[in-house]
Amino acid sequence: MSHTDTHDHDDHDHKPKGFVKRWLMTTNHKDIGTLYLVFALAMFILGGALAMIIRLELFQPGLQFVQPDFFNQLTTMHALIMVFGAVMPAFVGFANWMIPIMIGAPDMALPRMNNWSFWILPFAFTMLASTFFMEGGAPAAGWTLYPPLVLQGGKNLAFAVFAIHMLGISSIMGAINVIATIMNMRAPNMGYLKMPLFVWTWLITAFLLIAVMPVFAGAVTMLLTDHYFGTSFFNAAGGGDPVMFQHIFWFFGHPEVYIMILPSFGIISEIIPTFARKPLFGYVSMVYASAAIAFLSFIVWAHHMFSVGMPFGGELYFMYATMLISIPTGVKVFNWVSTMWKGAMTFETPMLFAIAFVILFTIGGFSGLMMAIAPVDFQYHDTYFIVAHFHYVLVPGAVFAIIAGVYYWIPKWTGNMYSERLGKIHFWWSMISVNVLFFPQHFLGLAGMPRRIPDYSTQFAEFNMISSVGGFAFGLAQIFFIIVVWRTIKGKGTSKASDRVWEGAKGLEWFIPSPAPHHTFQDGAPVKDEQLAHVSSH
Amino acid sequence: MNKTTKNWKSQLKSSRLGFFIAIFSLITTNFAHAEYGLNLTKGVTAFSHEVYGLHMVIFWICVVIAVLVFVAMFYSMYAHRKSKGVTAAQFSHSTKAEIIWTVIPILILIVIAIPSTRALINMEAPVDENGDKIKMEMALKVTGYQWKWKYDYLDNGISFLSTLKKESNIARQLKSNIDPNTIENYLLEVDKPLVIPVDTNIRILLTADDVIHSWWVPAFGWKRDAIPGYVNEAWTNVKEVGTYRGQCAELCGKDHGFMPIVVEVVSKEDYAQWVKDQTGEQEAEELANTSEWTQADLITKGEEVYNAQCAACHQSSGQGMPPAFPALDGSALVNGALDEQIKTVVFGREGTAMQAFGGMLSESDIAAAITYTRNAWSNTAKDVAQPNDVKRIKNS
Repeated sequence: MSHTDTHDHDDHDHKPKGFVKRWLMTTNHKDIGTLYLVFALAMFILGGALAMIIRLELFQPGLQFVQPDFFNQLTTMHALIMVFGAVMPAFVGFANWMIPIMIGAPDMALPRMNNWSFWILPFAFTMLASTFFMEGGAPAAGWTLYPPLVLQGGKNLAFAVFAIHMLGISSIMGAINVIATIMNMRAPNMGYLKMPLFVWTWLITAFLLIAVMPVFAGAVTMLLTDHYFGTSFFNAAGGGDPVMFQHIFWFFGHPEVYIMILPSFGIISEIIPTFARKPLFGYVSMVYASAAIAFLSFIVWAHHMFSVGMPFGGELYFMYATMLISIPTGVKVFNWVSTMWKGAMTFETPMLFAIAFVILFTIGGFSGLMMAIAPVDFQYHDTYFIVAHFHYVLVPGAVFAIIAGVYYWIPKWTGNMYSERLGKIHFWWSMISVNVLFFPQHFLGLAGMPRRIPDYSTQFAEFNMISSVGGFAFGLAQIFFIIVVWRTIKGKGTSKASDRVWEGAKGLEWFIPSPAPHHTFQDGAPVKDEQLAHVSSH
Repeated sequence: MNKTTKNWKSQLKSSRLGFFIAIFSLITTNFAHAEYGLNLTKGVTAFSHEVYGLHMVIFWICVVIAVLVFVAMFYSMYAHRKSKGVTAAQFSHSTKAEIIWTVIPILILIVIAIPSTRALINMEAPVDENGDKIKMEMALKVTGYQWKWKYDYLDNGISFLSTLKKESNIARQLKSNIDPNTIENYLLEVDKPLVIPVDTNIRILLTADDVIHSWWVPAFGWKRDAIPGYVNEAWTNVKEVGTYRGQCAELCGKDHGFMPIVVEVVSKEDYAQWVKDQTGEQEAEELANTSEWTQADLITKGEEVYNAQCAACHQSSGQGMPPAFPALDGSALVNGALDEQIKTVVFGREGTAMQAFGGMLSESDIAAAITYTRNAWSNTAKDVAQPNDVKRIKNS
């Protein structure tokens, strides 16, 4: 008996009835995965709306729409919502949906905790967003929350800190669940080096999360006690050290960056082999490269602080260590290109987004290498050059990977094939507009425009206008994306998806029905090597 | 040449291509007007030249790698597509290839690391041709405040604040309806620029009084944070006389975008003359601090000081922006005991954005601003603060 027909009653798959039982009380990894993805999409729209106001104000010099203080609230909240509300939960959504299926497990290892770690999120973000309506407004010191500036904020600090604590608890529980699932729940014959790369990158990501979220929680707790209980951790007048916060923050913040990109690497490493109809090149070195990137992420944090006035030796060390990151990252890019090489490629929407990811993420990587050079970073630091850099790795990087993953797996999730025509329109629309949006920001930064300013000198006007036009177009493209997804879920203008969906697809998820039944892999039968993408004997 | 261009242009006139060329040339001419252009500035110091050179080297290395990788990728996308009837090869690793593309990047990194290290030494531990530590000929202290800079010339005691120029400040208000293009050096002009001599090794010490700021003049090739409780150090030696502009580069609150830096680099003779002029001004200030003022004079001067130093938070209407910046119009403090208000202004208020102005403004300026607030709007105190009162509180 194969896994495709483990169910005696495919007609009724034990979905709980009623909204409360089905969604609020769910312990099903697929439903929780859906909740995470829907939540991430909602936050993506909210964070995007804030970005639209930012680009509107920056459309031309002079202040036309918002006060400078509100502008700072917008940039701060845009970042917090996108990082913690959109990108991270989206990846947890993928993890919930796909990891158990990919390793042949019936569910996540800790299903009740899984429910809790999701349902914390809406409350945390309600609390965070409520600060907009408080006296004094939302946090306005940037998502990096540097003291002493952040301590000047009003009541919002307590709410933001508590929200961050809740997000941290949610992330840590999610990470524990991922690790426990991967280590304990693999089906017989699913060895570690047979796991899909997405599972591997998530395993590594989960360890990063457990390592750094408590550090962040500690840092913001110290802000809280400095503000409300008279401690002086970061207050120079009381013998504290404002720079210490930056060290602690970036000890969290740099691994955090990889928390947002490693699962992207995993998704891209699933998609490219499928559409190249060829095994992933260098599977084992991909695993090692991911682990190397994760390790390096812990020892490079102060490259975010080259202008802070570190000792010469410190600057030298952090410069060298940071440059090293380009080696495992380069290995990944070379391996993706080699996977495509001599394949038999087709270019469906997921593949288009994956290829755009490789190109545009690499561009973001290059500007990253440039900024690793400490003496040159004295110029780049805190300008639009860095804004362009991290948006290149996060938008056509992480967000494109998420979108690629949605197109890749949505036929499996819904049982409906999305409209290829609409998907391709969405791709080209996003691809062009995202470059119009972010590429000119490189020029702005080099020309000397600092980041986080609501108004600028007139020589920056042209590129800001171009960037804003790109921003509005990119925003609209994502509204279009929601329409495409909605039509797919509702089965409008779509066809039924087959079980395998993609001709070149390998891995367990393609050997269960589409849509995936509510429960899968409940018999504990060994997986078959011929269904797997990697049967590495290394 | 001109004629052929014209012919060529007229041929294109009706075509769509011509339209795009017109748009493109419009954009490029606009860029030509831009002061900073597309790229990093070369700057006017030896260090900034070095940084620019490094920037270009790394940029071109990245471009070459990008071209190689992307050409391989696009060739593959063109040649290895299913629609061409190819069958996929099934190779999945090559130890040789993987070693090559690990080792070559390492070599490239080493090539980049050598000049980078040299540049870093030139910033952090500069030495002359003989390998001796270079001598600093002048020292300058830069202090960041929300939202202005204070410059102290440590060798001759000159000290002043530098804030956004009035014209820019009026135009940058929300819905001011003033076209920024009509303001010269919009947001990049100050009331009193920093003046330094050319060809002089200047040690620059940076600190801040409230939150973290970052002092950045792109033409000098570096920025460095000004941090409360820290004294950071940097240095420069400007090779060309001229005016150089920069901005605060670390988010420091609501008016972070409005605390520009203007440095006038002048010949050594002009600098000596400027120092002399400043000493004259300081004597006048000394006189102002020791004399008794009339109420009318204090109010006139106070309005000026208030609008330059206080109005960013408390607003020129005195209404403030509660809760962070309380109203002064009708305030209990401003209508209460004089000494209490002087204390607040001189020492600031811990845990709030209210700074200690005692070290920033002269005694006469503080006295004038306080007198102004006690007589302005609907306030009823109507009394007078003299420079001597401020001095008494300062020394208490």
